Amino acid sequence: MSETSSPPINPTETTASSRILLDQVTKHYPGQSKPAVDGITLEIPAGKMVMLVGPSGCGKTTTLKMINRLIEPTDGRIMLGDEDVTNIDGDELRRRMGYVIQAGGLFPHMTVAANIAIVPKMLGWSKEKIKDRVDELLELVSLEPALYRDRFPRELSGGQQQRVGVARALAADPPVLLMDEPFGAVDPITRQRLQDELLRIQEEVQKTIVFVTHDFDEAVKLGDWIVVFSEGAHIVQYDSPERILNAPANSFVEDFIGAGAGLKQLTLNRVRDVELARSVTGSPGEQASQVLSRLKEAGLPNAIIIDQNRRPVNVLSRSQLTRLDVIPAKVNDDLPLVTEGSTLSDALDTMLVSSAGAALVTGRRNAFVGVINLEVVMDAITASRKASAVASDETPVGTNTDSLGVQGGPE
Amino acid sequence: MWWNYVVDRWAQIWFGSWQHFSLVVQSLILATVVALLIAFIVYNSPKLSSVANGVSAIGLTIPSFALIGILIVPFGFGVIPSVIVVTFFATLPILRNAVVGLQGIDAAVVESARGIGMGRLRTLLTIEFPLAWPIILTGVRISAQMVMGVAAVTAYALGPGLGGFIFSGLSRLGGANAIDSVWVGVLGVVILALILDLLLVGLGRLTISRGIRVRN
Repeated sequence: MSETSSPPINPTETTASSRILLDQVTKHYPGQSKPAVDGITLEIPAGKMVMLVGPSGCGKTTTLKMINRLIEPTDGRIMLGDEDVTNIDGDELRRRMGYVIQAGGLFPHMTVAANIAIVPKMLGWSKEKIKDRVDELLELVSLEPALYRDRFPRELSGGQQQRVGVARALAADPPVLLMDEPFGAVDPITRQRLQDELLRIQEEVQKTIVFVTHDFDEAVKLGDWIVVFSEGAHIVQYDSPERILNAPANSFVEDFIGAGAGLKQLTLNRVRDVELARSVTGSPGEQASQVLSRLKEAGLPNAIIIDQNRRPVNVLSRSQLTRLDVIPAKVNDDLPLVTEGSTLSDALDTMLVSSAGAALVTGRRNAFVGVINLEVVMDAITASRKASAVASDETPVGTNTDSLGVQGGPE
Repeated sequence: MWWNYVVDRWAQIWFGSWQHFSLVVQSLILATVVALLIAFIVYNSPKLSSVANGVSAIGLTIPSFALIGILIVPFGFGVIPSVIVVTFFATLPILRNAVVGLQGIDAAVVESARGIGMGRLRTLLTIEFPLAWPIILTGVRISAQMVMGVAAVTAYALGPGLGGFIFSGLSRLGGANAIDSVWVGVLGVVILALILDLLLVGLGRLTISRGIRVRN
């Protein structure tokens, strides 16, 4: 973990999100010898998604619930932005923080619209404003307002309930969103879709999100930062997903990551983040010999044929080109295509399936952007290993009182 | 013939039925309020809840006839002991169902209510109570059935209602119209009970959210 981390500089800090700081917070339940949460100091940077992971009973949920004081801390301070919220009215505090639990925690006797409207109503918004906000939020979570507004929770699927849960949490536009294993009760396919959806929503709303999960893959996929806890909410490592995968603090973290850390790495990088391989393009109607000479000049085996809208239509090899006179307008439906938003893992998958050992990258409106091949992926892995070998000085603070500076944990 | 008896005393029967119905409905409303207040106080504490459940179980074993007799001493004859007895018996099943209903609510729902900033009282009134309401209303219906009979017994303390026909008939057994009088009281109580139950079913239709109504 980042022993010597300085507070992050956050140039993107807006009013829409605020930093959270737990300052030496302890929760000691009466009758228990060990504290459930042991003097934790944890900084959640504004506008970032921080994942709390750890085995069950490690205190991650308790830590989360102390942020909105559903569980009152025994000791310590909680700061929201620059405000000390340790002693303000709990209900008032919670209205300023969205809260999402498993299956959404929707109120079964209220319609979808009424569920979403609860917090705005408590805050005294006008009826008109609430109605507009409900529709806006339903659209944000990809539910058609006219279709879902008046339904009751039991008339929705698990995934839809979860979406409404997220919409309700965002209703009053709180700067902070707390999520307690929200996707734990849905099937894997729905979960993946909800995760993608959450990433998209977060890109739009830029909230400070604290997300509890026991699923490490989920943490790697969603988190800007990951906190790995051991029992008593001891922070074993607080770092970026890349760093945790590449440089786990100790065997506890290694065990928690499980097998295949290298492959998990590939889900972190997107095609748009890597430098694509060189390529030669041609267009239908062009002389094949011209394209061939360009190809030879560049020392590449294949040419990409693109149409007038720059959409890739075919791939021709040198030997194919020598046999041709003019490039045909034939469209090959079987091209290995990936988008700029695809993960390297998806790209690797596509190129392994294709015979060329490479995939074509398309950008906006499916326009050709470049070629990605195995070398590019390998370079990306090497680069990210190198980059994550040094701790970023933006790494947020996270310590426990009894182990100040040394993040070893008990293991 | 028996219908002569009904026709001759129609005004008296009508008045008695109305009085009986009114006694039961008013006591039922009072009992619901009392039961809910007690349930709201006890449902969060396992200890108090088991006390409440114990009281309602034991309370139901008290013979209503004995209780009305005992109450005549401090309260005299008439309406007051009748209302007390009917309300007392009506409270017990409602209390039990209210405690069970409130305790049976999914903890995740209550937690999410608290988590989005609803206070204790607001959570109770807008989330927990509406969710427990179908079970509470079932308790009200059980009470309504039961106290229809109890209300007849209050005629012993010269309370209002159809009980008078039963008691006067029984005391004159063998005499003219004695059996007719008892039948009028008994059938009247049964008919009133059916009417009240229908009204309560209708109340449920109007007040139970479509989101939690049992689907047929």
